[in-house]
Amino acid sequence: MAKITYIEHTGKEHVIDAPNGQTVMEAAVKHAVPGIDADCGGACACATCHVYVDPEWLAKTGEASSMEQSMLDFANDVEDNSRLSCQIKVSDALDGLVVRLPKSQH
Amino acid sequence: MSTGEIKRVIIIGAGQAGGETAQRLRQAGFDGDITLIGEEPAPPYQRPPLSKAYLKGEYDMDRLLLRPASVYAEENITLLTSLRAVWIDRANRRVRVEGGRELPYDVLVLATGAKPRKLPLVGADLDGVHLFRTAADADALRPRMVSGAKLVVVGAGYIGLEAAAVARQLGLDVTVIETAVRPLARVTSPEVAGFFLDEHTRQGVRFVLGGQPALIKGRDRVTGVALSDGADVPADIVIAGIGVTPEVALAQQCGLAVENGIVTNRQCLTSDPAIYAIGDCAARPIVHFDERVARLESVHNAVEGAKIVAAAITGGKPHVEEAPWFWSDQYDLKLQIAGLFQGYDHIVLRGVMADRAFAAFYYKGPKLIAVDAVNRPAEYLGAKMLIQTGRTVAPSELEDESRPMKEIVAAAR
Repeated sequence: MAKITYIEHTGKEHVIDAPNGQTVMEAAVKHAVPGIDADCGGACACATCHVYVDPEWLAKTGEASSMEQSMLDFANDVEDNSRLSCQIKVSDALDGLVVRLPKSQH
Repeated sequence: MSTGEIKRVIIIGAGQAGGETAQRLRQAGFDGDITLIGEEPAPPYQRPPLSKAYLKGEYDMDRLLLRPASVYAEENITLLTSLRAVWIDRANRRVRVEGGRELPYDVLVLATGAKPRKLPLVGADLDGVHLFRTAADADALRPRMVSGAKLVVVGAGYIGLEAAAVARQLGLDVTVIETAVRPLARVTSPEVAGFFLDEHTRQGVRFVLGGQPALIKGRDRVTGVALSDGADVPADIVIAGIGVTPEVALAQQCGLAVENGIVTNRQCLTSDPAIYAIGDCAARPIVHFDERVARLESVHNAVEGAKIVAAAITGGKPHVEEAPWFWSDQYDLKLQIAGLFQGYDHIVLRGVMADRAFAAFYYKGPKLIAVDAVNRPAEYLGAKMLIQTGRTVAPSELEDESRPMKEIVAAAR
């Protein structure tokens, strides 16, 4: 279990208890956090679950795979700390994780 | 009816299209009654993993749910599961459900989905012959998918091939019977179909192409499939993957226009201005298909319908349609598709198939209309953006692998 804070583009925060094994995307979608569309349900097929990982958490969330990186290349407003949240698996090590959401997923 | 007068929305069909509609109506600020009626016992869930991670046992039902079951009550969405709608009274705007109860609506959304086709053969009802559409179908199959069992898949479409891939990974003996001379005949080009045929063959799947199943053999349970040329394929399990028919019975009963699916306009409105139809059951003019009417069976189309209808009901900004997209996972291959390839006149390859990472771009004249990308997400997303915005690039640019896809897309006009 990890407590994850999602911060919308407007600044609104959502704090969610995410079970281990789910992805950061799934936890958000199941709690209807606006700003993560995730149309494909986590198949890494749509690039609509883009988030910015709080810099201090980057080491723990790991690096994007080459597949994910290729998808991110086409997302809007990509930064060095951009990730697809469907590719970040929740574990105890991510307790306290903070991610920010982009203005738009499309 | 003006949007402010809409107080009661009934959605028939609690699949992804219906579930997304309920959710998006609330997100868009609709505060009237929402009733979501589904025949299956579960709240809305994702179907694509059924033939992939769920069949393999990697996902459980909770993980498939679009939203946790508790969300519906929290958002004041009346979710009626294991319940069938049996009659629509358009004049009085009422839906009758099994048991006789009648529910009034101001706006009705038909998201009734599709039914898998049964094999039109003697023996199709034998134990061991499976259709593949619902979680219950997958649950019935899963315990039988054991190493060494003989599986026959009838129909080499995406679902059939995904099931074949999972079965091989679980150690089953797999034969695919397809009446066409190649797999995926309806959904992709001969080139890409050939790639998947080779891949499955290498993984140990046997194919009977141009094969005509004549009879499902067995007394109490299936023992094999007899072909019209006299050959017999032994089987412990048969999966029918021969496509679906849209679920249009209610629409026909109440006199809505139905052709291949419930006919709607671009806004998903049927021939009755109080009834929308979305998802697998409905056909509408597709913006990125030259406005040709098509009935798309996909997550993309389910979500698009939900977005279009939620915007229409709440009087919000009309949804800007996305180019169609699809995906299929087989073995370690991720196939990502954007656009609709029907009507293409030439194909351009980027990369080589032998590397198991390539993209096939489909052109109609100078215009890029679709892509099949295998383990090439940049080509998929790049082409999707081009199709979305009506831009195109010269084939020679795509064939030049030294230029990154991103750069090609940025320079496109």
